[in-house]
Amino acid sequence: MITIHEMSLRDGMHPKQHQISVDQMVTVATALDTAGVPLIEVTHGDGLGGASINYGFPAHSDEEYLRAVVPKMTQARISALTLPGIGTIDDLKMAVDCGVSCLRVATHCTEADVAIQHIGMSRELGVETVGFLMMAHMVSPEELLRQAKIMEDFGAQILYCTDSAGYLLPDGVTERITALREGLNADTEVGFHGHHNLAMGVANSLAAVQAGANRIDTSCAGLGAGAGNTPTEVLVAVLNRMGIDTGIDLYGVQDVAEDLIVPMMDTPVRIDRDALTLGYAGVYSSFLLFAQRAAKKYGLSSRDILVEMGRLKTVGGQEDLIEDVAINMAQAQKG
Amino acid sequence: MTPIKAVIIGPGNIGTDLLLKALRSPWIEPVWSIGVVETSEGLRIAREHGLETSHEGLDSVVDQVVADGVQIAFDATSAKYHRHHHDLLAPHGIKVIDLTPASVGPYCVPPVNLAALAGEPNVNMVSCGGQATIPMVAAVSRVQPVAYAEIVATVASRSIGPGTRNNIDEFTRTTRAGVEQVGGAKVGKAIIVINPAEPPIIMRDTIHCLTEGEPDQAAITQSVHDMVADVQKYVPGYELKNGPVFDGRKVTVWMEVAGLGDYLPTYAGNLDIMTAAALRTAEMLAEGMQA
Repeated sequence: MITIHEMSLRDGMHPKQHQISVDQMVTVATALDTAGVPLIEVTHGDGLGGASINYGFPAHSDEEYLRAVVPKMTQARISALTLPGIGTIDDLKMAVDCGVSCLRVATHCTEADVAIQHIGMSRELGVETVGFLMMAHMVSPEELLRQAKIMEDFGAQILYCTDSAGYLLPDGVTERITALREGLNADTEVGFHGHHNLAMGVANSLAAVQAGANRIDTSCAGLGAGAGNTPTEVLVAVLNRMGIDTGIDLYGVQDVAEDLIVPMMDTPVRIDRDALTLGYAGVYSSFLLFAQRAAKKYGLSSRDILVEMGRLKTVGGQEDLIEDVAINMAQAQKG
Repeated sequence: MTPIKAVIIGPGNIGTDLLLKALRSPWIEPVWSIGVVETSEGLRIAREHGLETSHEGLDSVVDQVVADGVQIAFDATSAKYHRHHHDLLAPHGIKVIDLTPASVGPYCVPPVNLAALAGEPNVNMVSCGGQATIPMVAAVSRVQPVAYAEIVATVASRSIGPGTRNNIDEFTRTTRAGVEQVGGAKVGKAIIVINPAEPPIIMRDTIHCLTEGEPDQAAITQSVHDMVADVQKYVPGYELKNGPVFDGRKVTVWMEVAGLGDYLPTYAGNLDIMTAAALRTAEMLAEGMQA
């Protein structure tokens, strides 16, 4: 049994510039619930407290979304993401008060120890607690395991290898998930979160499952940052063919993708040259639209900006540096 | 002029960097360094520079510290111990400069509100991100009202110690409060990002302000440049990288903060700006004591 965790209403906020309406949230979540999707994430794209100039102000607050969605669920549980340094433990308390039953605490893959307060509070609040190690391609499997153990010690019950840049190839996923599965406690679950920037979403998710992951993040029609996440409907179909149960109605998630998500898209979420560059250069997927806006404002190529962000070894959250980089590039071009 | 005698409590990275800076000050004479670990590298350095030291905490030597005529104390321990240190020192009229997040006294950001704090028995240095960004918020808010200010501090992984890591919310909460109370923004927000790149990145800070009404571009630009020059008096590596950029009511400034590399490496501008601001504060208090 593989648990599919639906991302369209959280990671999908990135390509929507965090403007999904409360009605859309409720409609999509209700349809996912009916289709048997067991776990759905709902927050700002950058997690609880992400509402900001830096990451974008959402159409509604996290609390408004959660209070609207949670009571409508019949079987699905709702999760919320948080990044220590952005969201605070007050935000965690709010989310649990809204009925969230799974909190996912995300840090860069080398900084697990900043999660102590948030993981501790999540456990104290009595909800399922996930440690989410982002940009996992930037460290070796051994280091990823070392960081995962830090989060496990803090109380995380599920540990994720998060391919935020969509950079990993299946072998890299196999190595990392194998390291986590073999090195963590037997009752700790292991998960994988992919981005489809190199079209590896499904292949990487399968590699993760075969290496012992039992939680996979996916998004209907792939709605997510960069070229999006692993498409839910495709992975469910593939897992069905392989005889691996997800408890999800394939036609149900196909219809969510086709009838609800695709019509919501501002532009097609696909592997265009910028999204491909994210995966190719190992850059945080959420930088995509910021780079495109800065490119337009300063008369530059968004691809060049993304490559420069990669060269500067930026990590998730450094959206603020994109315009700074663009200004410098524009000045250099003028000579 | 006779320098004012000072004690540094907490001989860790921050306390030791502060010591090396204070040794150059014409106004401040560090005479005591107090820790709790006998083998402390910081205490060894302090002894080398002729300071009296104790590894048994402030309680054990407070009477000697008072008898030696110390008038200023720097507390570079942790919020948990600060209140106790304050309570030991305040009855003797020793002014306390708090580098922990305890916030017993009012926030102090030297180029913004130092002059107004001369009579305070205890001042708090906010946070590294606060020292780096609040001057820029104040540079805008002294021109026209700021409805909202948001700062993003990005620091090298190696410059962030266990104190901050164990209580990351304290950084966001304290910095936000400083952005509002000292920076002058009606609503503030603080974000911290930790970057593990090698070689370590120099601290970067982005400051966004939303003004009430159209921003006065010329006045804000001048004010930002003036404020940068004020900070550079005690942190020479405080550099305006880009901006102010105006976009509707949004004003954005990009800063880089390189340290002097006294004890801490130059990339740790976030820590340097704390020790430099604390020393600057002490020097101002010392000037008042001389008068």
